[in-house]
Amino acid sequence: MSRQPHHAHRACRVNRVVCEGRVGVTLILDGTMPAHPGQFVMVWLPGIGERPFSLMDDDPASLTVARVGPFTSALCELQPGDRLWLRGPYGKGYELAGRRHLLVGGGCGAVPLALLAKLARSQGNEVIAALGARTADLLMLRWRFEALGCQLIVATEDGSLGYNGTVVAAVQELFDDRWPEAVYVCGPEPMLRAVAIQAGAVGLPCWVSMERAMKCGMGICGTCHFGDRLVCRDGPVFEGREMLATCLGASGSTM
Amino acid sequence: MGWWPLPMRRECTNTWQVTAKVSLIDLSADLCGVRLRNPLVLASGIWGCCAETLVRAARAGAGAVTAKSCSLEPRKGHPNPTVLDWGVGLINAVGLANPGAAEERDILRAARQALEPLGVPLIASVFGHSPGEFCRAVCLVAQAEPDFIELNISCPNVESEFGRPFALDPEAAARVTEAVRGVYAGRLLVKLSPNTPDIVDVARAVAAAGADGLTAVNTLGPGMIIDVRARRPVLANLVGGISGAALRPVAVRCVYEITEAVDIPVIGTGGVLSGEDAMEMIMAGATAVGIGSAVYTDGEGAFARILAELRELMQEEGYRSLDQFRGCAHV
Repeated sequence: MSRQPHHAHRACRVNRVVCEGRVGVTLILDGTMPAHPGQFVMVWLPGIGERPFSLMDDDPASLTVARVGPFTSALCELQPGDRLWLRGPYGKGYELAGRRHLLVGGGCGAVPLALLAKLARSQGNEVIAALGARTADLLMLRWRFEALGCQLIVATEDGSLGYNGTVVAAVQELFDDRWPEAVYVCGPEPMLRAVAIQAGAVGLPCWVSMERAMKCGMGICGTCHFGDRLVCRDGPVFEGREMLATCLGASGSTM
Repeated sequence: MGWWPLPMRRECTNTWQVTAKVSLIDLSADLCGVRLRNPLVLASGIWGCCAETLVRAARAGAGAVTAKSCSLEPRKGHPNPTVLDWGVGLINAVGLANPGAAEERDILRAARQALEPLGVPLIASVFGHSPGEFCRAVCLVAQAEPDFIELNISCPNVESEFGRPFALDPEAAARVTEAVRGVYAGRLLVKLSPNTPDIVDVARAVAAAGADGLTAVNTLGPGMIIDVRARRPVLANLVGGISGAALRPVAVRCVYEITEAVDIPVIGTGGVLSGEDAMEMIMAGATAVGIGSAVYTDGEGAFARILAELRELMQEEGYRSLDQFRGCAHV
């Protein structure tokens, strides 16, 4: 019936909206979007714009959005029954290794980790989700990790909830105890580098999810380059040591 | 030229037999006196925003690489959506986003430095509102000493802002070419538009005005894709240029007609996705072959795959070099 090829936009309706503290919302959509955890979709709001977002869940397809600009504000104002358009999923996601996973998320970095936690828990693996933010009301998706049966570590830089400090410092003890068998990170780049270094120091496999402004989202335009890598196609998930090596080799504009 | 060929056919040294068989095939091309190790040229606008990705395309097998078009002043380009896979090709209206000629010069310098040891020539690409602006941007970019400068006078996605592309009118195209020729002594390519009934007249005019070679063609259209559920065009710019498989027959015809009429070399660009497509373009008369949308389907593996297919097809058909079938389709 539909003439739309795989990579054209698919219209989806918002089924349910979950408030995510002061920061944003989770939009639970009708239908599914089979994807590997860490993959992203391009979300189009006709007349407003199109931006990449990690999938928080694939069945039902769900997006968690922090209000940071006009586009995300428009997404946050969507109501049940409203439509939005997705194309994808695109990119390379996380790879599960071992049976004990440490997930480290900064702010809305929790989003792709939620889908990863779902996959890991469905395989019966142990998951510790460490979520950090500047303040307690900027934390996202705690409910989701709790519902999936993950052990939760919360860190706030102002000490308003949980560990008083950065999430990187909060998980150091787990590294010291050699608890994780693999580490998965998403958040601001200094945090990605810090955790990749922590994991590398104890020889743990580590995957990080990067973020860049994108145009095509499918490996053509080069807008999202990170060194000679394209975040949309070679990533957004990279091995920690690949990211660290690319950081060293990258031009100043990408650092 | 400060350019030195790579040791050839390193990949064929495992057995004597393979070496003997494959080394009979020479994929090199001569583009305005510059030797390309193979005819595949990364087309402008694909990956070319930074030095690192250009170098990656070269490492992946490109015979030459073209940087993204730059203008005198930086441009943000069009808002998203800018690129769409519509099923038989791509449609794009990126809107010539670029950091401006001065910053582009630094990117090109870095790229050239890294490409030189690989033996892969660098093509810079420039566009502007007027012949004078073209000249000023060319002068900046020329300081990076790219092997070629390509004049993009044919982008179909900025018409509302730039007016009709120069490439739609032989006289306008010649004016730009002539002006740039006056300030730039290096190798000059001009990228033509398929969106004119007079592409041969444009090619003749541009050649007479001093172009050393042509790139044919830019994207087709502009076209439009409407999302029926959204009830509006998908691209934020409403219209965009069509590339990929849908463009190839048009591009092949353009190259065929142009090479009947002018003697300067042509980089045949438009929907080349396989070795057979590349051979077709060369049979139409192309000296080298642009690769764009194939990078979408295959990523960087596109270059190695197309070359392997071309080499195999040449072997099957008994060709040892590109010259043996270049332009042979002309009847």
